[in-house]
Amino acid sequence: MDERARKREIWFRPVLVWVALCALLATTCTLSYVPLGGFSLPVALCIAALKGALVGAIFMRLFENNALNRLAAAAGPIWVFVMFLLMGADYFTR
Amino acid sequence: MSDAFLRKPFESLERQHMAVSFGMWVFLVSEILLFAGLFAGYSIYRGLYPHGFLAAGRETDIVYGTVNTAILMTSSLTIAVAGRAARADFGRMAWRLLVVTFVLGLSFLILKGFEYREDIGKHLLPGPDFPLAQPGAQIFFSYYWIMTGVHAVHVTCGLIALLRLIAISRKNFAWLSGSASEDATALYWHLVDIIWIVLYPLLYLVGRSHG
Amino acid sequence: MSDITYQSQPPLDYLHDGSTLRSWLFTTDHKRIAVLFALSITFFFFIGAVAISVVRLELLTPAGDLVSDDTYNKMFTIHGIVMVWFFLIPSIPATFGNFLLPLMIGAKDLAFPRMNLLSWYLYIGGAAFTLLTLILGGVDTGWTFYTPYSTMFSNTSVLTAAMGVFVVGFSSVLTGVNFIATTHMLRAPGMTWFRLPLFVWAMYATSMVMVLATPVLAMTLLLIVAERWFDLPIFDASRGGDPLLFQHLFWFYSHPAVYIMILPAMGVASEIIACFARRRLFGYSFMVYCLVAIAVIGFFVWGHHMFVSGQSPYANVVFSFLSFMVAVPSAIKVFNWTATLYRGSITFDAPMLYAFGFMGLFTIGGLTGLFLATVPIDIHVTDTYFVVAHFHYIMVGASVTAFFGALHFWWPKITGKLYPELWARAAAIIMFIGFNLTFFPQFVMGYLGMPRRYHIYPPEFQIYHVLSTSGAAVLGVAYFMPLFYLIWSFRHGARAGANPWHAKGLEWQTPSPPPHENFIIPPVIEQPYDYHPKDIVTMKAP
Repeated sequence: MDERARKREIWFRPVLVWVALCALLATTCTLSYVPLGGFSLPVALCIAALKGALVGAIFMRLFENNALNRLAAAAGPIWVFVMFLLMGADYFTR
Repeated sequence: MSDAFLRKPFESLERQHMAVSFGMWVFLVSEILLFAGLFAGYSIYRGLYPHGFLAAGRETDIVYGTVNTAILMTSSLTIAVAGRAARADFGRMAWRLLVVTFVLGLSFLILKGFEYREDIGKHLLPGPDFPLAQPGAQIFFSYYWIMTGVHAVHVTCGLIALLRLIAISRKNFAWLSGSASEDATALYWHLVDIIWIVLYPLLYLVGRSHG
Repeated sequence: MSDITYQSQPPLDYLHDGSTLRSWLFTTDHKRIAVLFALSITFFFFIGAVAISVVRLELLTPAGDLVSDDTYNKMFTIHGIVMVWFFLIPSIPATFGNFLLPLMIGAKDLAFPRMNLLSWYLYIGGAAFTLLTLILGGVDTGWTFYTPYSTMFSNTSVLTAAMGVFVVGFSSVLTGVNFIATTHMLRAPGMTWFRLPLFVWAMYATSMVMVLATPVLAMTLLLIVAERWFDLPIFDASRGGDPLLFQHLFWFYSHPAVYIMILPAMGVASEIIACFARRRLFGYSFMVYCLVAIAVIGFFVWGHHMFVSGQSPYANVVFSFLSFMVAVPSAIKVFNWTATLYRGSITFDAPMLYAFGFMGLFTIGGLTGLFLATVPIDIHVTDTYFVVAHFHYIMVGASVTAFFGALHFWWPKITGKLYPELWARAAAIIMFIGFNLTFFPQFVMGYLGMPRRYHIYPPEFQIYHVLSTSGAAVLGVAYFMPLFYLIWSFRHGARAGANPWHAKGLEWQTPSPPPHENFIIPPVIEQPYDYHPKDIVTMKAP
C-alpha cells in the first residue's frame, strides 16, 4: 500500500502540469481561430512561453537546489533577446 | 553501488550528477541559440510579408500539428515521471516509462512522415509547382521545412539516447537510479519538447482566423 | 619548491604512460588530447600558410600572372577558413586550455574526459570535410560565405566547406561546455573564484562565447546548405529573401568568434607578464571583470561589419557606439599589464619577448579597430587592406604571438625539456620584425585605397605589396625556427624540473611532464600571482 501511495505521489504533480499543458494547447489552438488581428501572434507566443516555462520549471526541475542550472537557463532567452533587439535595430529602422 | 558510477575526475557521486546536469543545461543553451537564428529570420520575414505568411500558414495541417504537440507533451510527462521513479528507486517503473516515451517519440516522427507526404502531395515545396503566389509564401515554407526538419533530427538524436538508456538498463533497472545519464537524456528530451512548443504557433496557428 | 622528491617509484608521466597508437587515439587524458590538438592545428597552420604564400607571391606584381582569378579566390578563401576555424579558434583553448585548466584548478582531469576526446574527433571530422574540399578543387566564396554568391553562383565545393566548418564548430561547443562545467565543479578545496589564475578566467569567458555564438554559425551554414542544395529560398532576393539576413546571422557568430581568438591570448599574457616581471598582476579583479565584459559586450557589436552593406544608418550608429564600448575593457587590460611591469624585476626570456610583442601589436590592432568602428572612416577603408591589417594585427600580432609565448612558457611543463633560449629569443625578435614588415604596409596601402581580395592592382601599390611579401618571408622563417629547435629540444634538450621559471600557479607544483593523475602531492593553494609576498609589500617605515 505504501508503495502504491508513493507511486501515486510520483505521478501527481507531473500529471497536473500535463493537464495544464493540454489546457493551454486547447486554448491556443482555439484562440487561433478567433480574429485577434495583430494580437494573435503575441497571444500565441505568450501561451507558448507559459507552456515552456511549465516544462522547464517543473519537468526539468529548474527550481530545485542548483542555482547554477537557473543561471545557465537564463542565458538562453537573454541572448536570443539580444539577437532580436539588435537585428531589430536594423530592420525596424530601414 | 555508488563506486561503480563514479567517474574520474570526480570525488563524489553527488558532485558528478550535479556536473552532468549543469553541463547538459549549458549544452541546451547552445541548442536554444541554434534555433534562435531560425526564429529571428522567421520573425523578420513575417514582418516583411504579412500576407504571404498568413496565406501560407493556412496550408499547414493543424490536425497533424496539434496531435504531434500533444504527443510530445505527453512524452515529456512520461520521461519526467520516469526520472522521479528512478530517483525513488522504482527502477522497473522508470524503465517502462522510458519505453513509453520512446514509443511516443517514434510516433511523432511517423506522423511527421505522413504529414510531409501530404505536404509534398500539395506541392508545398518552394519551387515552380508551389501553389501560392503571394510574396513571402515560399519563404514561410522554407522555414517550415527547415524548422521541422532540424527539429526532427533532434527528436531522432533523443530517440537514440533513449534507446541507449533502455538497452543498458534492461537487465538492471537500478542502473537508471545511479547513473546521471537518465537525467541528462530527460533534460535533452524536454528541450526538444519546448522547441516544438514554440514552433507550433509559428507554423500551425498562422492565418487561421482569416479567410 | 624547485623539484619533487619521491618516497617510492614515481608514476610514469602522461607522455610515457602507454605508448601504443591505441593509447593515444582512445585516450581520455586531457594532456594527451591537448597534444593531439596541437599536432592537428600545426598541420592546418601549414595548409593555411601555403595558401597565403601563393597569394603573397601573386601580389608581388600588379598583373594577375601567377595564378588564375579563380585559383586566387580559392587561395584566400582556404587561408581564411583554415586559419580561423582549424587553427586560431582551437589554438590556445584546445591545446593549452585542455592541458592547463585541470592543473591550474587542482583537478585530475576535465569534467567530461570522453566528451573531450569527442571534441578532438569532431575536429578531425571537420578537417576531413575541409581536406575533401581541397581535393574537390577548393572553395572561392571567401571565408565569410556571403550570399548570394555562396548559395547561388559559386561553382566550387561550398557544401563540403560548409559541412567542415559545421562539424568543427560542434567540437568548439563541446569544449566550451566541458571548460565551463570543469571550472564550476572541479576546483580544488580552497581554490575560490577570485584565486583562479587569469588564464582560467580567460578560458571560462572564451567558453561562454563558444557555447553561445557557435550554434548561430551552425544554423547559418545549414541555411546555406538548404538554399544551395535543397533550393529553399532564404536569402535569395528574387524570391523575397534578404541577403543582409545572412550577414546578420553570420556576424552574430563571427564577431564573438574574434573574441574566442583573443581572450585566451589575454589570459596567456597575464600569466607570462606576472611571472617575468616577478610581480602580482595589477588590478586582478578588474582584469576578471574586463574579460567577462569583453565576452559579453562582444555580442553586441556585429553590425560594424555591415556599415556599407545596406544596414540602416540608425543601426550603424548603435553598432558603432557599442563597438567603442567594447574597446574600453580591452584598454583597461593593456593599462593593467603595463602597470604590472612598473617596479618589476623584468627578465627578457623568450616567453616575455612574445608577451611584449603581444602588448604592442594588440594595442595597434585595437586602436585601428576604433578607426574602423567610426562610420565615416569605415566607409572609406572598409574592404581595403586597412581592415586586413587591423585584423591580422589582432589575430596574428596578438593571438599567434601569445600562442608562441604560451608554447615557450609551458613547453618545459608539457614535454619535460628545456628549449634553447637564445634561438627562442632570436625567433621572437625575427617574428616581431617580420610581422610588422608584412602588415604595417597594409595599413598604408589600405588607407590609400588598395582593395582586399584583389590580385590585379594599380602599379602605385606594388611597393607596399613587395614590402609585405618580404615581411611574410621573414615571418615564415620565424615560424620555422621553433619547429626545428622545439623538436630538437624534445629529443636533446636539457631536462626541465617542475618549475624552471619559479612561477606561481598550481601547474608548477607537479613534475614536468605531469603524471597521468596530475598531482602526486595535493597542491598548496595560494593567492594568485603571489610573486612578492604580502608582508614585504605592505612593510611601511615606522
